[in-house]
Amino acid sequence: MNEMIAVQDLVKNYGEFCAVNHIAFTVPEGKIFGFLGPNGAGKTTTIKMLTTVLDPTSGKILVNGHDPTREQKQVRRSFGIVFQDPSLDDELTAYENLDLHGVLYGVPHGERKKRIDMLIDFVGLGDRKKNFVKEFSGGMKRRLEVARALLHKPRILFLDEPTVGLDPQTRNHIWGYIQQLSKDENVTVFFTTHYMEEADRVANEVAVIDHGKIVAQSTPTELKEKTACATLEDAFITLTGHAIRAEEANATDRMRMIGRAWRGGGRR
Amino acid sequence: MRAIYILCVRQLKRYIRSPARIIGSLGQPILFLIALGFGLRAMFARAGQGNYINFLSPGIVSMAILFNAVFSGIEIIWDRQFGFLKETLVAPVSRLEIVLGRMLGGAIVAFVQGLVVFVICLIAGFRFVTSPYLPLAIFFMFMIALLFAGIGTVFGSVLQDMQGFPLIINFLIMPLFFFSGAIFAANGLPRVLGILLRLNPLSYGVDGLRGALINQFAFGLTTDLAVVTILTAFLLAIGSYFFSKIQL
Repeated sequence: MNEMIAVQDLVKNYGEFCAVNHIAFTVPEGKIFGFLGPNGAGKTTTIKMLTTVLDPTSGKILVNGHDPTREQKQVRRSFGIVFQDPSLDDELTAYENLDLHGVLYGVPHGERKKRIDMLIDFVGLGDRKKNFVKEFSGGMKRRLEVARALLHKPRILFLDEPTVGLDPQTRNHIWGYIQQLSKDENVTVFFTTHYMEEADRVANEVAVIDHGKIVAQSTPTELKEKTACATLEDAFITLTGHAIRAEEANATDRMRMIGRAWRGGGRR
Repeated sequence: MRAIYILCVRQLKRYIRSPARIIGSLGQPILFLIALGFGLRAMFARAGQGNYINFLSPGIVSMAILFNAVFSGIEIIWDRQFGFLKETLVAPVSRLEIVLGRMLGGAIVAFVQGLVVFVICLIAGFRFVTSPYLPLAIFFMFMIALLFAGIGTVFGSVLQDMQGFPLIINFLIMPLFFFSGAIFAANGLPRVLGILLRLNPLSYGVDGLRGALINQFAFGLTTDLAVVTILTAFLLAIGSYFFSKIQL
């Protein structure tokens, strides 16, 4: 079986701080891979390196057979991504956001229109496609981002906490579709989540990362057996401990506050 | 090409959809036009220098372009903080196309704002002269826009958040404007001020624009054309370089 993602001895240091510490894993084509870990464990940093927007300190990465530090275009063409934080243009409409994405990814005009209509209906925003994204709730934005990530038919899907703020109906609906894609079209899925029952349900394989190191990697069932726990959540806590992790408020959070104050609040 | 085009269109859409921003950014040029233009008009005439509104207006138009162009570059910080930048950085297009689209879009917006201020100047009493140089006014306006979109892009790429923003206003934009010959003539200045003026890229844009509009050059058309063209090309390159180095 093809390895869609292969990581060897990957390291990312920020000055003294080691965010990702010699990790290695592979994700076979068509599999759903859950990347689990407490806040600040190194999940998002790893995704950034896999998706070409952050250079590793050392180590080797292959995404769809290409090196993200050198063959960026080939890598970027291979994947779609739902980021942890919002990444839509609030001043554009839902349709325009998807259209811009389609143009950037070179989806031809006719097909673009068809796929946008199909996907926007799929995430239940069909009647809101001409509305500005700034009028959307957090959940609606999330759904739109999922639709956008699928628009150019990527071989790999990166989902960084994709279901935060979504109701169970939407979560099930979206995971159902993603599982279908992985089964029917052999799309590889790499996702992070804090919902352990979600990981248990959808992931073919999970890796648990803590303090920048992978502490366990297997199928969810094996993980539960190994730790002698009934649920994946208990297994996760057994592996990573009870301590609550501090995550510093970053510049983005501060800016969001300023932005809200500037635009007079109420718009969100 | 398609990336340049769509990102350019995005910027234009954002511009026309935000009337508050359009009107807001007209405030400062109008204030300067009225306060300086009408305030100093009598003195300027008494000194035998002619009509101050005619002298000042090209400077005010340049100011509007300068502000809007630099801001368009700094918008990268907003896009970074609000996430949209990521969406463009993972797309399978080169960073060069992304940054060119952004700079071009920002420059067009700044240029249009310049045109709006130009019309306001006409209303305030500005009269240009018909000379063979007149078409060059458009050229100089657009070059000023591109040049400073490039400078704004450098700052937008390097700064992580808006904390540095007042710094840019007070130590970059304001000095660029005041020491550009926008509000006073480049000739007969104290030595240091004269040097500052000649080191300021905006001075050549203002001089070129003023020359094209009222046929009064301080540095000469050839110098203005050469300096502005070379600097614009240079800053587009520098802006692209800094943008391409962005890591998330």
